[in-house]
Amino acid sequence: MKKIDCKNLDFAALNSLIREEKEVELVNCTGQRFIGAGTENKRIKITGVPGNGLASFMSGGEITVFGNVQDQACDTMNDGKVVVHGMAGDAAGYAMRGGEIYIEGKAGYRTGIHMKEYGNKKPVIVIGETSGSFLGEYQAGGLIVVLNSQNSPKPVGFFCGTGMHGGKIVIRTETKPQNVSPKINVRVAGDDDLAEIEKYVGEFCKYFSKNKTEFMNSRFYVLTPDSKNPYKELYVQN
Amino acid sequence: MNTEGERGNRIPSGCAIAGVFSETGENISGAIITDAMRTMRERSNGLGGGFAGYGIYPQYKDYYAFHVFYADKEAKKACEDYLDEKFEIINLSKIPVRKNPRITDEPLIWRYFVMPDHNLLRDSQLDEREYVARRVIKINNEIKGAYVFSSGKNMGCFKGVGYPEDIGDYYRLEEYAGYGWTAHGRYPTNTPGWWGGAHPFSLLDLTVVHNGEISSYDANRRFIEMFGYKCTLLTDTEVITYALDFLVRKKGLTMSEAAAVIAAPFWTTIEHMPDERRVVCDYLRKEFPGLLMTGPFSILVGWNGGMMALNDRLKLRSMVTAKSGARTYFASEECAIRRMDENAGGLLAPRGGEPVIVTLKGEKSDPPITNLNCFAEGDIDL
Amino acid sequence: MSYVYADYEVKRDLSRCTLCGACVKQCFNGVHSLIDTENGKKLVSDESKCVNCHRCVSFCPSRAIKIVRSDLCFRKNDNWSDSVIKEIYKQAESGGVLLSSMGCPEKYPVYFDKILINASQVTNPSIDPLREPMETKVTLGKRNRDIRRGKNGHIICDSSPRLDLELPIMFSAMSYGSISYNAHKSLALAATKLGICYNTGEGGLNKDFFKYGKNTIVQVASGRFGVYKDYLEAGAAIEIKMGQGAKPGIGGHLPGAKITEDVSMTRMIPVGTDAISPAPHHDIYSIEDLKQLVYALKEATEYKKPIIVKVAAVHNIAAIASGIARSGADIIAIDGFRGGTGAAPTRIRDNVGIPVELALAAVDSRLREEGLRENVSLVVGGSIRSSADVVKAIALGADAVYIATSALIALGCHLCRNCQSGKCNWGIATQVPELVERLDPEKGSERLVNLLTAWDHEIKEFMGGMGINSIEALKGNRLMLRGVGLNEKELSILGIKHAGE
Repeated sequence: MKKIDCKNLDFAALNSLIREEKEVELVNCTGQRFIGAGTENKRIKITGVPGNGLASFMSGGEITVFGNVQDQACDTMNDGKVVVHGMAGDAAGYAMRGGEIYIEGKAGYRTGIHMKEYGNKKPVIVIGETSGSFLGEYQAGGLIVVLNSQNSPKPVGFFCGTGMHGGKIVIRTETKPQNVSPKINVRVAGDDDLAEIEKYVGEFCKYFSKNKTEFMNSRFYVLTPDSKNPYKELYVQN
Repeated sequence: MNTEGERGNRIPSGCAIAGVFSETGENISGAIITDAMRTMRERSNGLGGGFAGYGIYPQYKDYYAFHVFYADKEAKKACEDYLDEKFEIINLSKIPVRKNPRITDEPLIWRYFVMPDHNLLRDSQLDEREYVARRVIKINNEIKGAYVFSSGKNMGCFKGVGYPEDIGDYYRLEEYAGYGWTAHGRYPTNTPGWWGGAHPFSLLDLTVVHNGEISSYDANRRFIEMFGYKCTLLTDTEVITYALDFLVRKKGLTMSEAAAVIAAPFWTTIEHMPDERRVVCDYLRKEFPGLLMTGPFSILVGWNGGMMALNDRLKLRSMVTAKSGARTYFASEECAIRRMDENAGGLLAPRGGEPVIVTLKGEKSDPPITNLNCFAEGDIDL
Repeated sequence: MSYVYADYEVKRDLSRCTLCGACVKQCFNGVHSLIDTENGKKLVSDESKCVNCHRCVSFCPSRAIKIVRSDLCFRKNDNWSDSVIKEIYKQAESGGVLLSSMGCPEKYPVYFDKILINASQVTNPSIDPLREPMETKVTLGKRNRDIRRGKNGHIICDSSPRLDLELPIMFSAMSYGSISYNAHKSLALAATKLGICYNTGEGGLNKDFFKYGKNTIVQVASGRFGVYKDYLEAGAAIEIKMGQGAKPGIGGHLPGAKITEDVSMTRMIPVGTDAISPAPHHDIYSIEDLKQLVYALKEATEYKKPIIVKVAAVHNIAAIASGIARSGADIIAIDGFRGGTGAAPTRIRDNVGIPVELALAAVDSRLREEGLRENVSLVVGGSIRSSADVVKAIALGADAVYIATSALIALGCHLCRNCQSGKCNWGIATQVPELVERLDPEKGSERLVNLLTAWDHEIKEFMGGMGINSIEALKGNRLMLRGVGLNEKELSILGIKHAGE
């Protein structure tokens, strides 16, 4: 695997080098933006802190980050995998349509906002610890799993799933999530729900060497929208 | 002093232009060009005439020669204080004139040979010419009643309100000799009554005399004013001068490349050019669309070591050139060339947008090397 | 019981009517019905359903129908207009937000109508465009690069990504979903024939239309519908939609009912699910974030496409545009408050934003003051109604204009302003297959080509009159404009003089 020292490279220079490679390892990454933007089948390993917009519009391939990722990672990601051995900033997975994101630690505000699914494309975000508020805002499809590995009493902040009209949020917690919009159905996960997340929890545990059984034996709550047309009654024709 | 442009009013003008240039640098008397303008009297209306001479100050050739109009002594005092502060003044004097009954209301007219103050120049981090240009623009905009109408090295403009032949007589041009002259007779549609409004218009050694009215004026003005120029006179000549200064001095284009910007070939012409030319003409037109000039114009551009004649791309104004030995002549009408040299040959009416460029032998030729090469005859045809 | 009375009356000239039933067939709103009575067949009208779209009028073979405004009135009141009263009834009955479509129809000043254009007399010749060359081709993108030369002294001709247009007019964004497949196809065909661009809007790009890519601007809006790599690469330029003149600060909402099988494929969302575009881009909460999205798109498309940033004309537009001009964007599109929409809350549409003429003048002046004008091209829309508006917009400083309402009218739209209902009888703003079929894309594109060819001729006539033979020389040439009936402040914002000055 070719190694690129990112020190002293600006994002445009670095990304044009990456464009030439199929597999590449980036070391000393310090805030270079848009790594993997629009790429289709690359394997990129990153040590350091990749800048905003990591994997934007990515259509395939795999990015592994040994460190935290900044804001707006995986914007409109279409396919592929991003594995973060650390935390994620705000709005990770914005409008993501396909692919998977695994975040070992915490995720910021508005994670998975406007995530959607289509046909056989179903995006998945697995968050190891907790997320900020507005998790899954406007969510229109896909699956968000919050594993709450540190057993926090407030794993998802406030206003989780506001405007949600598709997809599913699954949260590992003993108590029912609070401050959820009245248009969201909240229930304890059943067997089908657990079966649905098991594969992704397994992947997560594989990447970060965690105990899958321990997770799967916990209580999960499931959030789903009560309608795919939440604003139907809002308007009057004029 | 009632300057043009003061009330935001623009005065279109018709005109006569003429020029002569010696490639070998031989001295040509100012009397010759003054006399040539006499033949085109019908094209002027006595409200403006002027000349630019190149190579006329050999004894001070390393100094900037400032020719300045003053409305009164206060303006002169203010301007000289400023010059003293920003420049080293090597020599100053009144410009010698001869009284002429048809030239009246003349301002005070002074000449200074100057160099930028060494320390101020260094601290400004500007190149010498930019330093001088900015100071000149500042005087003209900010010192009321003072107007620098010539600011190049080893060259000078002489202009005023009157017919050109009277202006030439007034300034005693027969006492000057240089390798190049341009001249202008003006036909403004209004009574400006201000000497600064006459042509040539100049910045540093770049001078422009111009016949016609560009319909793109405000588009060009608003473009060029983004880059530190201030069009205070609201005349076409002013904006053409600044455009060429911008393209050549600041952007580093050659004069012929600059011509391909301001009188850009039509798209259909560009389409049919040979590859290399097509690419560069397309590039220049798209990079600098704000400086495309439309409407009728013929211009004579002078600079240290060269002269260019250029018509608008539809050739809506007249212009002829002719040669005799090392000399090239330019004029709105052939009669003016004949007056300068009965035997001049190779009479040519340059096509629209086709620059005719002459340079001193041994000077860096223009274009030095460019993908435009010279416009081969016939290339620019519609 | 509803207190809202019908706005229109259907007048049927019984001496002409042949009871052929064409009106019944044409009206999808169900206004007309043919009923049997004791005395035989009879045509009746349910006028409460009439939107005054003239479909029945146009298709009545005996010209027996006309639609007139109902003269039923409330007691005269200059404060409480009939429409205000009716709107209160509607809201009192439903509890709903008033929803309208197309551009603001209210009585605000139209500055284009208070600006007059110059012509040459004597000092400068006018030009005859029918016989002399006259250029209306424009190039959008960044300009005024530093000249770089290769070793041999030749200029290195590498410019920023650009958009070349044969006319300074483009079709502005209308999504597939808000308008029909056939309307989109008409626009795509016409743009291709005219050498200009149409704009996908935020609804993605139908697979069938990828082949018109070089005449397509693909839009990226806050909902990111249909946005993926192939889509970004399909177009000639990418437009980031920050806002829309008809509803500045408001997101979009295409109801699930309009997400048919085909629309769902294009938007890449399931059938029947609401397509909600959030009000902001949730990765742009500040100007530096815009730069981030601009460069994310540039990186994803390897710097080959110009990036347009479209914003609504709002109060602080000059400063906003100046920020955009520093963001790396190649083109700024400004949409005035008269701009159309498939659906917007009435109150927002009619009360938010500013006229595009003032926004354009303010932006062009500000960008010049800051030396940024060559960093970006300016495109304006909302609303450009004629070639005269185009000429005025360009002389005020625009590089090109966007048209949409005029294009829809060319396709048959009668501005009945009921797009939100999805029952457009003209086959434009609908997804109902039998209605969509009514618009023939070949004929539609021909009408669009006719319209813009005619406008192009008119623009050239204007230019010829001014002695200008290339559109570059008209751009920002404000001396060619004069105001009539405008006050000092308006003139100073527009940067023009009053007529007579």
